[in-house]
Amino acid sequence: MDAKELIARRVALELHDWTLVNLGIGLPTLVARYVPPGIRVAFQSENGIIGFGARPPEGMEDPDLTDAGGGFVGALPGACSFDSVTSFALIRGGHLDMTVLGGLQVDAHGRLANWKVPGKLVAGMGGAMDLVAGARRVVVAMQHASRGEPKIVPTLTLPATAARRVTLVVTDMAVIEPTEEGLMLRERAPGIAVEQILAVTGAPLSIAGEVPEMRLAPASAVVETGAVPG
Amino acid sequence: MRAAIKAAEAARMIPDGASVMIGGFLAVGSPERIIDALVARAARGLTVIANDTARPGLGIGKLIDAGCASRAIVSHIGTNPVTQQKMLAGEIAVDLVPQGTLAERIRAGGAGLGGVLTPTGLGTVVAEGKQTLALDGREYLLELPLRADFALLRAHEADYFFNLTYRLTATNFNPVMALAADCVIAEPDEIVPLGAIPPDAVRTSGVLVHYLVERRH
Repeated sequence: MDAKELIARRVALELHDWTLVNLGIGLPTLVARYVPPGIRVAFQSENGIIGFGARPPEGMEDPDLTDAGGGFVGALPGACSFDSVTSFALIRGGHLDMTVLGGLQVDAHGRLANWKVPGKLVAGMGGAMDLVAGARRVVVAMQHASRGEPKIVPTLTLPATAARRVTLVVTDMAVIEPTEEGLMLRERAPGIAVEQILAVTGAPLSIAGEVPEMRLAPASAVVETGAVPG
Repeated sequence: MRAAIKAAEAARMIPDGASVMIGGFLAVGSPERIIDALVARAARGLTVIANDTARPGLGIGKLIDAGCASRAIVSHIGTNPVTQQKMLAGEIAVDLVPQGTLAERIRAGGAGLGGVLTPTGLGTVVAEGKQTLALDGREYLLELPLRADFALLRAHEADYFFNLTYRLTATNFNPVMALAADCVIAEPDEIVPLGAIPPDAVRTSGVLVHYLVERRH
């Protein structure tokens, strides 16, 4: 199991039954593969669809049916399409239970930076600022460190995505919950010791008692049965 | 019955220096034939208001490649290295706007609203120089309306009154832009007789559409 699968399978345990969820581009997209049995989740893509499915076979793609990364997708039975105003009303209006986003940095206050690296080519925030401002729960899925450099830092040195404190940070080494009192180390990855985590974490981590090993969603294949799988 | 025009006529109506809202999300739902015609007439100095600048050679990316745009008001340019390079070279000014804020600013521009109060962007560079308001204990950022000289839409079906429908994720910014420009030009996939589109299926009333580009031949 590689680091991305580990992160995706841990994040998948955060999915709540019968809710709307938005997965960011890249690593967060993998979470859809590991929806735990019995959990029915509707996935939204901010370009305007709830209930997109897997990419159709070669030659069967619909050029008017894509995900937020521009890739071809299918539409599951029960899917719903809509315009950008409605899409962001869903995101900002408290209708989205959870968003899973990649991260460049998270700081001791639980603030996320994930849209711009000064001095590098600018991408733009796209829908990330709305997602972090509006989703009920924001889960950051990222590598714990980048080439040995901590991505969890005392204070953001990159431009913030929002002022809001994110709900949970899931990395290939740990699960961290930002709280009013600071960052709490909740879980560690299989085979990873607390000391190893602390060594590549730039911000103080609070530890309350024994840090359990993280549980993971089963590595089962996704069976698509409808816009709300399951 | 109202007559349809050729894409080249649409491009001639749009003068250099005009502001143009263009529908589409990574070129899905962008009016490719109007864009091609703007490139063919070598339009210059356009301010493009859109979700993104797509990719080189695709959708709005073609306007960027050809040097038609001097300013872009968009949420994202990460998929278009040409936009990024031209921005660094000072050939194009890029105003980055959060995607939901962009949608609501356009909606405000078309709906007669003086602005939008949103939590998006608070505590970030987006809030710099902008007014904030506290209402019922929550803080909001005041974002101002956006309008343009032209809106260039891609529709699925149009009827003879220029009523429009859209398809799937090609809908995106098209319906809201139809309300926010002085001149609205739509490029449909199909043109169908009056009555072929049931009233409930019309997403943009023909009263909002000034010109319709011919169907693809």
